Amino acid sequence: MTTRRALWVGAIAVAALVLTAVLAPKWLLFLATMALSHGLAVLGVVVLTRGGGATFGQGMFFAIGAYVAALLQQHWGIADAVLRVLLGTLAAGLAGALFAPLLARYRGIFFAMLTLALSMVLFGLLSKATVLGGSDGIQVARPLLFGSPLSGEGAERKLFMLTAVFTLLACLAVARYWHSAAGLLAQAVRANPLRVEYLGASARGSLATSFVISGLLGGLGGALTALALGHVEPEFSNWTTSGEFVFVAVLAGYQSVTAVFVASLLLEVVRSFSNLYFPHTWQLVLGSFLLLVIVFRPAGLGSLWVAKRQK
Amino acid sequence: MSAPLLSARGLMKAFGAVVAADDVNIDVPAGQRLSVIGSNGAGKTTFVNMVTGYLHPDAGQVLLGGLDITRMNHRQIAALGICRSFQIPQLCLDLTLRENLLVAVGAAAGRPSLWAPAAARHHDQHADDLMQRFGLQDDAERPVLELAGGVRKLVDIAMALARKPRLLLLDEPTSGVSADEKFPAMRRVMDALAGEAATVVFIEHDMDIVAEFSERVIAFYSGRVIADGTPAAVLANADVQRHVTGGVR
Repeated sequence: MTTRRALWVGAIAVAALVLTAVLAPKWLLFLATMALSHGLAVLGVVVLTRGGGATFGQGMFFAIGAYVAALLQQHWGIADAVLRVLLGTLAAGLAGALFAPLLARYRGIFFAMLTLALSMVLFGLLSKATVLGGSDGIQVARPLLFGSPLSGEGAERKLFMLTAVFTLLACLAVARYWHSAAGLLAQAVRANPLRVEYLGASARGSLATSFVISGLLGGLGGALTALALGHVEPEFSNWTTSGEFVFVAVLAGYQSVTAVFVASLLLEVVRSFSNLYFPHTWQLVLGSFLLLVIVFRPAGLGSLWVAKRQK
Repeated sequence: MSAPLLSARGLMKAFGAVVAADDVNIDVPAGQRLSVIGSNGAGKTTFVNMVTGYLHPDAGQVLLGGLDITRMNHRQIAALGICRSFQIPQLCLDLTLRENLLVAVGAAAGRPSLWAPAAARHHDQHADDLMQRFGLQDDAERPVLELAGGVRKLVDIAMALARKPRLLLLDEPTSGVSADEKFPAMRRVMDALAGEAATVVFIEHDMDIVAEFSERVIAFYSGRVIADGTPAAVLANADVQRHVTGGVR
């Protein structure tokens, strides 16, 4: 993407977010907040996929970010929203760094199954640990934002803006990473890890880096979700949550940051309206839509507007 | 003869009952252009794989400038300055030609930055220089997937050259290139290497290419070196004619 095009995309994104923050009704604000925070976790899946990994366990990072953001206030009295989000993100990133050396030794389905195993272990722990609320989870007290409580009239709007700011910063960082030497190397690892090693670079190191970044993004999404939802539960780490992130990642493709949030918003909209009009069959509709995308747009929704490479 | 850059001492390698290297002893002085010949299964690629760390010998030693690299992996060996191209080019097919070279240039520069652009000015210039030397500029922005086999070969070699290697191993650089194009392709590779101090070892089946572009030839048969000398001497050797060239030149 050229600098000019990137600036245009960024400007449109900021304008859309500002308009949403100012004009959107309360229900839409909540939906958009969820789309952004879940989209961040999906962005983590996309970063990992682009770097040669595959994950069925993104829910682990999402849950770690969410639980840390919740527990900080419950156990240590840390109420500041920004601090809770940052520490939740950091905790998920550290978890990623802890397991990355092990996972980076594997590829393909083995890598993916290990991520699933880790997330299900966490799911089991969270479900059984009464100190963490057990299967009921934990209620998350409303945070403070720069000293003033995020509650009452306008709280949803402020939470949306907080989420939007973190999302924009994360997108800028990911876009920068994708254009960096490490980002290009990650793509090379996905395409041909043996060649990368013969060039003297570490394919494992690159995959481990992608995994940690994926963890940071998952944690960020989880922490923001916890603040907006006001509740965290073990279900965040369950395979169904991870599957949903993979679903949106496939829908979006791995070529565009914007596509991730478009796909995430699409899922939230379909989920909300389907719950209303056909509550028992909406997964069927969504599944059919995904099949159509895979058949007609195998590179995902992002391929609709990402410029084709020069012929 | 100057001190050897590469020394293979008593290399042994067997795959079950098949002996792919049987007491292989080779010294390669710095700056030499050496070709390795032999019929299929003679042990040429096994030799290259042992030198580059893809395979470890059952016995024997590989020394680079006196340093024992026998048990190092291919990444460590590449970092020490032994780079290779492949019989079937090993490229990142969905990346463009320029991006492939930028990957190679970035890998050569050390730990890749998470922030600095892949196409930072000095990296881009290095990639441009490689493209110019191999005549690849016109295809710079095309995905490698769309390029012809001969062009992919050149990209593969250009990537191996990004690190400015001390020893460059080329595995059949003209295979898959049409008969008419073999000489120009090899000439282009050798011209591109002209400014490099690299010692070049290439595996080749075309004896005219071997005679034209190498200073020394080593012939393999059943994992053993059966002849070692100038192209004229090796290609005239009776064992080489019987087991490798079939007497045809």
